[in-house]
Amino acid sequence: MDASFSAGVDCDVHIPESTTRPLVKYLNQHWRDEVATRGINNMELASFPSRVAFCARSDWRRADGAPPAELSVLQNKVLGRPGVGHAIVSCLHGCQALFSEDLGSVLAHATNEWIAREWLDAEPRLRGSILVHALNPDRAASEIEHRASDVRFVQVLLMAGSHQLLGNRTMWPIYAAAERHDLVIAIHAGSINHHAPTPLGWPATFAEEYANQALSCQQQALSMICEGVFSQFPRLKVVLMESGFGWVPSFLWRADKEWRSLRAEVPWVKERPSDIFRRHVRITCQPFDRYPSANELLRTLELIGADDMLLFSSDFPHWQFDGDEVIPRCVPPHIVQKMKCENPYRTYPRLAKVAA
Amino acid sequence: MTVSLAPNPVSSSKQRDTVIDVDIHAMPRCPTDLTKYMAKRWQQHMQEYGQSNRQAYVGGTVYPKAAPELARRDSWPPNGGLPGSDLDFMRLQHLNPNDIEIGVLQMVYPNIQERNSDLAIALCSAANDWQLAEWTDLEPRLKGSIVVPSNDPIASKEEISKRAGNRAFAQIMMTPRTFEPIGGKRYWPIFEAAAEHDLPIGMHAGGANGLPVTASGWPSFYIEEHQCQAMVPQAALMSMIFNGVFEQFPTLRLLVVEAGFGFVPSLGWRMDKVWETNRSELPNVKLPPSEYLRRNVWFSTQPIEETKERAELIELVSWIGWDRLLFASDYPHWDFDDPRYAFKIPMTSLQKRAVLSENARSVYRFK
Repeated sequence: MDASFSAGVDCDVHIPESTTRPLVKYLNQHWRDEVATRGINNMELASFPSRVAFCARSDWRRADGAPPAELSVLQNKVLGRPGVGHAIVSCLHGCQALFSEDLGSVLAHATNEWIAREWLDAEPRLRGSILVHALNPDRAASEIEHRASDVRFVQVLLMAGSHQLLGNRTMWPIYAAAERHDLVIAIHAGSINHHAPTPLGWPATFAEEYANQALSCQQQALSMICEGVFSQFPRLKVVLMESGFGWVPSFLWRADKEWRSLRAEVPWVKERPSDIFRRHVRITCQPFDRYPSANELLRTLELIGADDMLLFSSDFPHWQFDGDEVIPRCVPPHIVQKMKCENPYRTYPRLAKVAA
Repeated sequence: MTVSLAPNPVSSSKQRDTVIDVDIHAMPRCPTDLTKYMAKRWQQHMQEYGQSNRQAYVGGTVYPKAAPELARRDSWPPNGGLPGSDLDFMRLQHLNPNDIEIGVLQMVYPNIQERNSDLAIALCSAANDWQLAEWTDLEPRLKGSIVVPSNDPIASKEEISKRAGNRAFAQIMMTPRTFEPIGGKRYWPIFEAAAEHDLPIGMHAGGANGLPVTASGWPSFYIEEHQCQAMVPQAALMSMIFNGVFEQFPTLRLLVVEAGFGFVPSLGWRMDKVWETNRSELPNVKLPPSEYLRRNVWFSTQPIEETKERAELIELVSWIGWDRLLFASDYPHWDFDDPRYAFKIPMTSLQKRAVLSENARSVYRFK
């Protein structure tokens, strides 16, 4: 193995911040006044309410019940793991959901500034995700261009539940900028709730909403393939985050079947969707589903080609596992090793740029 | 696809299995075929106004389909009318050559997501009278579906009670895309009536509830919409299981129609994981969700899953259970599955009989 692959990467780590408090000092006077006068503060996304069980492991919560938001805890719980040398952090800040592209993009910009100065500067082992307000993709692309010179940012963050399906041509300025700068497009579970988070409407339970995230991710992957994103941007990589991977085989079987029957409608899709997916899409490993036995998990790993497909993630501080073992014991060590090292470095070209 | 109308050379063989087809679509020749079973007041309403839709067009969806009327090119009856509207031609093209012992009519017409709730009630009742008079009375191999105005569960329950005694009806018909998530208590009177009358619910993919088919709005293409529609029943199963429907109605039998079945194992494993994490939110969900799938839910086979390797399909079915799958053709639609060629895997005669007829016989309580 290449020596540069030696430090493992945790590809999904959260900075649980959803207020404007740390952002204010990165705003100009106009926006500081707006934030203060209008009381613009808490923007916790309804997809990830911090008090719900899956949003923070109980033994990681602070005394007041909130998820841990301190760098020291992250250093201890994430970077302290054996074989983990780097962590890709993201902040699922609710400013993405604002309908005002002005306030939304200003707060996204401030969030990126805050991450760069107060997290990445403070801990050189961290890598960042560029937050954008995607309602105006041209403006989002400008933010990407602005941030791209900081090689510590390795991806652009989008939500699985979005204002419009991510394959839509109007979104393409974001992908053009990402591809130009070797940035990955990360699509994370959760929704900005501009539409109901399920195709049936608003679910009654958080369990139902969370389980539905697997469908949202499939809808996005399908949209990007069918619209021709990967024909237009052949170097673009997408990472699907926190939506599991058990759905991949049946999703691809069906997508290939649909393509065989209906591809005349999308002539720019020249290969089987499964081939496009395998070339362009990677998946962070959490959450592992609850399998009846090791056999079903191991077969699923074979079916999805886990060797190349999966990226190691703890999903800190979300609650995806108990104890210290992020990955079930039955997963073969050579796959775990690839998930931690080789696969992340192959997926995120900018990881190696910093290491160099 | 073309189908020979000549008698099948092997149809006389004693080896040949008869088939129960749980997804056949019957259509009226023209709208008045159906409206003549409505009260005068509603006939007049249909003439003056027609149906109202939760989508852009009066006559259908904004996604031009794969084929006119979604139909196989060869399924247009030679004597005129829509595909699926001519019983004689259906016998000649499908029931006879494919050895259909029993066929269940899945009624995707009329649109039961009608905005005018009183009209929806009248339309459903007419559709039920029409099935009896023009299909099941004339062809005993065909069984009807009790069509219900599902967004008015009290009216639905009344319609079910009115029809349940007639064995010509094999099931209650719903689509997953109700106005609110289908597992909500609002819809429980329908499930209660189904359990009380020991009738399965056929939940056929589709419907138009006015909400986008994805959590991120409307896709651009039919190729996307078609696959996303097939995902909706997964959301419906999550809704029913996490709302405790199968705990409240433990004998309820739900058949998911035209959504495929490849997703079933992983959906169960995922729901089990979420159930484990959020257990305290779900006091009415006593069992791991996959156990309700295994106990209360069956799946129709069409469109048949096309795995990369045949062995994967065998493994998939072994994970779901050979007892959970019911053959469906989707006649006369474009993505029709032929019972002779749909299954490209080796099956024991027991497995084959289970999928082609015996599982349906058991779910529908056919003699």
